[in-house]
Amino acid sequence: MTSTKKDPILVVIQLTGGNDYLNTLIPYGDPLYYDNRVNVGIPQEEVLPINDYVGLHPAASAIKSLYDDGKVAIINGVGYPTPNRSHFRSMDIWHTCEPDKVGNEGWLGRVIRDIDPKSENVLTGVNFGRGLPRALALSGVPVASVAVLETYGVLTGITGEPERSEALDVFSRMYAPTIGGGPVMDYLGQTGLDALKGADILKTAPDKYESTVEYAETSISKNLQGIAKVLTADLGTRIFYTQHGGYDTHANQGPAHPKLWSELSQGISDFYADLREHDTADNVLMFVFTEFGRRVKDNGSGTDHGSGGMALAIGDPVKGGLYSEYPSLKSEDLLEGDLHFNFDYRGVYGTMVEKWLGLDAQSVVGGNFEQLGFV
Amino acid sequence: MTGYSEISSIAHLLRRAGFGASREDLEHYSDMGYEATVEELLNPELQPDYEDDLAYRYVPYYRMGTGIPSYQCYWMYRMISTRRPLEEKMTLFWHHVFATSHSKLNRNPQMNKQLKLLRSFAMGNFRTILIEISKDPAMIYWLDNCENHNGAPNENYGRELLELFSMGVGMDQEFNYSEDDVKECARAFTGWTMAPQLPRYPYGDYCWDFEYRTDDHDHGEKSFLGETGRFNGDDIVDIIVRQPATARFLSRHLYNFFVSDEPQVPSWQTTEPQDPEAIKALEEEYFRSNGDVRSMLRILFNSDFFKNASYKKVKSPAELIAGVMRLVDDYTTPKPNSHEIAFAAAYMGQDLLNPPTVEGWHTGKEWIDSGALVERVNFAADRVGDINMPGVRRIVSRLAAYGPVMDADTLLDHSLELAGPVEVSSDRRTELMTYLEKYKEIKCGTSEEMKNFESIVTGLLRLIVASREFQFA
Repeated sequence: MTSTKKDPILVVIQLTGGNDYLNTLIPYGDPLYYDNRVNVGIPQEEVLPINDYVGLHPAASAIKSLYDDGKVAIINGVGYPTPNRSHFRSMDIWHTCEPDKVGNEGWLGRVIRDIDPKSENVLTGVNFGRGLPRALALSGVPVASVAVLETYGVLTGITGEPERSEALDVFSRMYAPTIGGGPVMDYLGQTGLDALKGADILKTAPDKYESTVEYAETSISKNLQGIAKVLTADLGTRIFYTQHGGYDTHANQGPAHPKLWSELSQGISDFYADLREHDTADNVLMFVFTEFGRRVKDNGSGTDHGSGGMALAIGDPVKGGLYSEYPSLKSEDLLEGDLHFNFDYRGVYGTMVEKWLGLDAQSVVGGNFEQLGFV
Repeated sequence: MTGYSEISSIAHLLRRAGFGASREDLEHYSDMGYEATVEELLNPELQPDYEDDLAYRYVPYYRMGTGIPSYQCYWMYRMISTRRPLEEKMTLFWHHVFATSHSKLNRNPQMNKQLKLLRSFAMGNFRTILIEISKDPAMIYWLDNCENHNGAPNENYGRELLELFSMGVGMDQEFNYSEDDVKECARAFTGWTMAPQLPRYPYGDYCWDFEYRTDDHDHGEKSFLGETGRFNGDDIVDIIVRQPATARFLSRHLYNFFVSDEPQVPSWQTTEPQDPEAIKALEEEYFRSNGDVRSMLRILFNSDFFKNASYKKVKSPAELIAGVMRLVDDYTTPKPNSHEIAFAAAYMGQDLLNPPTVEGWHTGKEWIDSGALVERVNFAADRVGDINMPGVRRIVSRLAAYGPVMDADTLLDHSLELAGPVEVSSDRRTELMTYLEKYKEIKCGTSEEMKNFESIVTGLLRLIVASREFQFA
């Protein structure tokens, strides 16, 4: 497989817990916002205005600067039919593109398969975090799941040399193809060798990496820096994935939500600067999503699970601006107290799959959905 | 000392009917004999119950309900340390079958209460089990039976009761029930709900209580699986447990969980059991015993099809973790900071109390992907490679007892034996020997030699648990 610097790369950031759309892109021009957000509303004078109706949360100032530079597309009212307010089910729907039945295949698993059908590069997809998100799961598609890049690998508990090299040598022999073990034994063998190979290549990344960008000591910044290290090492990785957790702000939203957005914005902004420094900002698209938005009316100190939300596409390939409509806050337009989604998430995925990655969207997202012009 | 072959069959039994065992426990069971061990496992009340008070005193968060992790830690601790391993294993079995997820419940003590319920009927009568789970508030909320009203039925629970909890969609290429049966089943469970509850804010999480509301129950006539009457939920369960499909479904579940990996549940309508004779034996026992799960398990564990299935099933993350911890004898008594161990299951793809869907986890080969495999190998290797673990120290001492000087073959054979016994192919044995081949003679006579010996043994143990074979139970 060829891996030139200019292959399109997608970096997906999952906001886990259900980010509060109304307090992220704030409809400060709508009195209904303040009627509903008595306790957790953001005062008009603090909002970073985008137009007369909406503006970003003050904690997202770093993203606002990128927006002003035309690098951020904000996609409004994103969701899926028949909202399900369970975190898992909702996230599952986002991961699998199956809103009606429970699916096992991840949409990014299908993307990785289509990019690299013969699994020639075991690092075509890399997840930063522990445990594989279902978005990346597809039988036969290897994906490395990296908690900490510097210590990633098999048998990492063996610290001495030559002991570790010897152990890895035995490991690779133990997972080499054998005859007569049966299909599960064979599958285990291939999976073990893929993991070993991925780790071998990944461990070269930190040494190659140099940067003047100083990332914050937050989990999201560390993960994004890890992504930057692998991405700039040019290992052929096309799909990166990471998560930022804590968005389930039922209570104590006042201090919690701004902290999350300040961490996230800073992380994204530093990551973008890092890409610029490495002359690779033009082929990286960041995509930020969450499983659902939150209830329009606050509950006193926070907000409960809702539906329709927002997604962000960020980077040099992005045509910045607002996309799709902000859903109406009028009570007669709400769905059980939640914003009514007005743009199918599969159309957002489809836009990136087709217009950015150059793949067939229909087979990845399971149908034809209206696309947008943000790429 | 007990012979190796007896130990092997006891170890197999304990891996499946429990969560593995230390060598000392295996020898204890082996002295009792296989059948007596099966009986002890089937009758957990003969063993001391769990000392919750002691555990809570050492680790207060086990019961503080500060979040789902505290209950995950507590459950993992039980799997590692219980003297009633089959009771805990059956609790995990029912959690796989009646898969209820914290992600929707969002109410921590309620999940733990459901676990207690599963444990209380672990090896009971299947009819009782179905009635009890139908009354469980966690289940009622999880599958929306609280939204199942007289005149406005919600089919979610009625459907899953048939599809995933008792009969399955179909068998032998046929459907087991119709869409009309689902609707009638749902009607029969109207009014099975929970009592009104204090709001969470500011009062916090309280457990729900089951409530039957006769005013919200549809008392009309219903036709279900060919029978007609003014059925209530328990009448429906009575009809369900008489069905051959129910005997088949439960038998296949037990076989899949305890004997050998079957295809995933949704394909059971069209995929025949891999061992039809085994399933037939379990079905017959189901009807003979009137749906007594304990009797079915007795047939299963004493059967040849079970005894011959050693190392033929991929370990679930919970089995792998608890088995390793029992082997190294860590967290077998209460001890704080068990998060790392409980969370490891989630990293390997089994977030306990939070299964992905009502279908539960996909098992067998589907436990394995490259990320999960790295977690499995490293978790096991890091623990058996730690000479400070009491179980590892005991393995080293036992090996040293074979003499001050031994050759590599002897060391490898005895190490495989004490780490499981782990059964490996001759290829794998050769590969493991490459690790030892630089040592002509391995010595442990002097304290200097002993130090070196410890590092050779822990290095070897790491590789044994990193093998493909170790991924199987």
